[in-house]
Amino acid sequence: MGGRDTTLVLLDENGIRCDGRKVDEPRRIMIKAGGLKNADGSAYIEFGDNKIIVGVFGPRDVHPKHMSNTDTGILRVRYHMEPFSVTERKNPAPSRREIEISKVIKEALEPAVMLDKFPRTAVDVFIEVLQADGGTRCAALSAASVALADAGIPMRDMVAACAAGKAADTIILDVNNEEDQAGQADMPIGYMPSLEKITLLQLDGVLTPAEYKKCVETGIHGCKIVYELQKKALTEKYFGNGEK
Amino acid sequence: MTSTSVIDELKKSQILELLEQGKRVDGRALDEPRKLMIEINAIPKANGSARVRLGDSEVICGVKIQPDRPFPDMGDKGIFICTAELLPLSHPSVETGPPGPDVIELARVVDRGIRESHMIDLSQLVIAKNKSVVGVFADNVVVDYDGNLFDACAYATTAAILSSKMPKWEMKDDVPTLVEGGESSVPVTTIPVSVTMGKIGNYIIVDPNGDEWDSMDARITITTDSNGNICALQKGGIGGFTFDEVIKCGEISVKVGSKIREKLKQAKEGGQ
Repeated sequence: MGGRDTTLVLLDENGIRCDGRKVDEPRRIMIKAGGLKNADGSAYIEFGDNKIIVGVFGPRDVHPKHMSNTDTGILRVRYHMEPFSVTERKNPAPSRREIEISKVIKEALEPAVMLDKFPRTAVDVFIEVLQADGGTRCAALSAASVALADAGIPMRDMVAACAAGKAADTIILDVNNEEDQAGQADMPIGYMPSLEKITLLQLDGVLTPAEYKKCVETGIHGCKIVYELQKKALTEKYFGNGEK
Repeated sequence: MTSTSVIDELKKSQILELLEQGKRVDGRALDEPRKLMIEINAIPKANGSARVRLGDSEVICGVKIQPDRPFPDMGDKGIFICTAELLPLSHPSVETGPPGPDVIELARVVDRGIRESHMIDLSQLVIAKNKSVVGVFADNVVVDYDGNLFDACAYATTAAILSSKMPKWEMKDDVPTLVEGGESSVPVTTIPVSVTMGKIGNYIIVDPNGDEWDSMDARITITTDSNGNICALQKGGIGGFTFDEVIKCGEISVKVGSKIREKLKQAKEGGQ
């Protein structure tokens, strides 16, 4: 979403990336469970320079009523970027990109949540991207899982997410904004580590079949790193000295 | 509402029972796409067009090519935009009005497959750098629905681009002006082919029809290029895939895609 820098070196001769990371190193990740008073569950994530806050409401009554399902509760997800979150001001109305991301995040979370116990209700997940720097959908999905757990929604597993990709002909973990713009491929992955299921998978860019396999493996490795931090965030809130 | 959902459950269990015997409702093999019919230049007023029928899903794609202003940070590249729309006559459940998330996803996935494969060499579509470029607009309309619109729209778009005649413009007095008789093909570097697979139970099926589409737990659309590389992917639906399944789907998409690529090439040659 930034301008293109044609002089940028994505990977130097020592295998160091443009932001100083190694090829298999994720950005700095900080996840906090809770934080919002009114939401039933919430989470805040900093994933590199991404800053995202997620609030969860429900299970609660469904409005409009015709959306409700007598067999199960429904999950609704809104992914939204603030106008100030990117270099050029973004129109605050939901874009087609945001509608698609809302849909893929919802479908990534749905296998994890057990809403059949709450028929005729809805669980609403509101994702607000305060600052975006490449990889927002993965960071948002990881935070949304923590917020759902924080809301006490029964879950089969948490969905952890991280992207893998290709830049300078090398498979890399956790693609940043520069690498997304100037790199060769970006593959966001959402994964339930305990159930070993991939629930979000997209790809932009060209990969050979061998690179494709390595890319999925690399992404899953990243998801496992995120998963540990998600668990730590919840442990800190409920069993540590963190704020209630 | 209740009656339709009962029928869906019955259909779903029937589809799953058949799959356990290695069969599909319409008699196809698990990795066999439906019959693909491609008619190119169906709309002569467009610069290129294709009418594609994949089983009973039918899509018409028209390509319009016209001068446009480049995107601010892409002054040395032409423009490619792809849309998709479900017409109300395509299915009783389709209503008029702004597109919902499903249709937005459809259009974006089809667009991504073409774009990420670098099918069109956009650097050859510059009339005057930073001022004027050629825009290629591929608009898909779905006229009949029987599942898997991702592939039907992708094939229609690819066939329409391959069949397009691109006019030539030159700058005169700072205005792009049409050069008579300068028509050429769209500069194409590769032929992308998307293959959509559904997962029902633990079975992976290629090109789900309408009943299978309503019964599946998850789907995955993988686009491959002429070199057999994977260039775009979208997972959808509320179920998950294992690592092994994702790799297997990649292999299927390369194999099935190469056959469909031949059909697309034949359609282009047959129409000229």
